[in-house]
Amino acid sequence: MLLSIDTSAGTSVAVVDRDRGIIAEAGESDTRRHAEVVGELIRLCLDRSGVPIAELSGVVAGMGPGPFTGLRVGIAAANAFALGAGKPVVRVVNHDGIAWQHYAAGATGPLLVVTDARRREVYWSAYDGADEFGLPRRTQGPGLVVPADLGSAVTGYAGFSRFDAAEASAGASGMLAEGLFEHGRPFAGKEPLYLRSPDVTIPGAPKRVTG
Amino acid sequence: MTEPLVLGIETSCDETGVGIVRGTTLLANVIASSMEEHARYGGVVPEIAARAHLEAMTPTITAALAEAGVTLQQLDAIAVTSGPGLAGALMVGVGAAKALSIALDTPLYAVNHLVGHVGADILSDSHLDYPTVALLVSGGHTSLLLVRDLVSDVELLGETIDDAAGEAFDKVARLLGLPYPGGPEIDRAAIGGDPKAIRFPRGLSQPKDLEKHRYDFSFSGLKTAVARFTEQRTDQGGSIPIPDVAASFREAVADVLLTKALAACADFGVPRLLLGGGVVANARVRELAAERCAAAGVELRVPPLSLCTDNGAMIAALGAQLVMAGHPPSMLDFAADSTLPVTLIQA
Ligand SMILES: [Zn+2]
Repeated sequence: MLLSIDTSAGTSVAVVDRDRGIIAEAGESDTRRHAEVVGELIRLCLDRSGVPIAELSGVVAGMGPGPFTGLRVGIAAANAFALGAGKPVVRVVNHDGIAWQHYAAGATGPLLVVTDARRREVYWSAYDGADEFGLPRRTQGPGLVVPADLGSAVTGYAGFSRFDAAEASAGASGMLAEGLFEHGRPFAGKEPLYLRSPDVTIPGAPKRVTG
Repeated sequence: MTEPLVLGIETSCDETGVGIVRGTTLLANVIASSMEEHARYGGVVPEIAARAHLEAMTPTITAALAEAGVTLQQLDAIAVTSGPGLAGALMVGVGAAKALSIALDTPLYAVNHLVGHVGADILSDSHLDYPTVALLVSGGHTSLLLVRDLVSDVELLGETIDDAAGEAFDKVARLLGLPYPGGPEIDRAAIGGDPKAIRFPRGLSQPKDLEKHRYDFSFSGLKTAVARFTEQRTDQGGSIPIPDVAASFREAVADVLLTKALAACADFGVPRLLLGGGVVANARVRELAAERCAAAGVELRVPPLSLCTDNGAMIAALGAQLVMAGHPPSMLDFAADSTLPVTLIQA
């Protein structure tokens, strides 16, 4: 059983089990209240699931892509919960969770997952389908572009069915993590998928104050 | 519970601080700073600071536990800075602290960063009496507080209306071609300089300003005055007397800080002044504080520098005081509040 936390869009928390599926899931779609709600949502999911912390086998962190301020809250919470509970953290690309959910619902074939990156840009990932265990096969991305450039950024764009996801479900990323673990597939790396550099400019010479 | 074991988490600016105290005894104070990553930008870049907090959080907690020789399971409470500070940076600490407290089933106290600076003094050997005036000066804040009781009665007397004093040091260092952070550089450059060579302005010190801003600070005019001076010198084909400029600038900052702090002591009849924040590292600020306090018969308290700069131990110390005073833990839904008022000691 896993506690899963995803703050790549709103704040989503779930307790999942390989056999029982998503046991409890709770979310807040407001994209400005991650730090405020993440604690209550964790507690709510643990309470609703009835799963004692000691029985969890790990914590799932959604590593993005996602707007950085919110994304970080979920990763920080997942890391800290794992530290406190003495459990491992496993990391997933949240677009993979969205794709997993899509295929689990019966979809087949090439899929393009698109999510809001703010500042008039979108994050995208492309999949050629799901494998025999229902695990999505990501073939391109994740990437970051202005919407008008999606067609040129994604190779074979016209062949994909496009899915614009407004939310990311921690239940779905949790179930994906269960599948990755069961079938020995790699998890995501330790680096958050910000896909965007911090806004900084190297200062030039100080501006004159006298005319 | 007389001596609670408390872990404090601080991420309001560019230091990831984790401290552990037992009551008023310091057990660990571990700080991971992202300062070097900001150096080329001449100031703290919030997004770079927040990314560094996320990376440093788990290793810093682990290092603090090792230094204190305790386990997470032994903690009686966790305290975390919920504001004021940089929003994105605060959120990392708040998110982590909430999850950690749930995983451990340990009470969580959301505390005020500025009051934390005052709380740092509790960890020194002798105890601070109240009330006290506290002057908290760093790159992120310049505040003058009247503390009647650490856990229940803190009043904001004044604060900067533009730049923080530490920012002024950074900006003037840049004007003089010195690297970031500016405080220690200005200190070095001022050696041998004449603090009276150039009379730089003291912000909000004119009678008309004092009416409305008796305890407030302003450093942007001072920064502009230094720029004007250096430009005029350069335009006239002269060289900039860096030691004199550095010493005179530093004198203006120290003078205005301590004039206002001691005015507050006198106005409120409080014979104590506590310094906190990274600018306390500045030699002239400390020296002038000692002179002026001695002359005014005011007891001066300056915690060790490692407890003056932003750190988790001061947050743990304040958390422990709240626990010992019987305050209930914070509700789990508190926010990271970049403008948390100082009157909210606990969120
Ligand atoms: Zn501070």
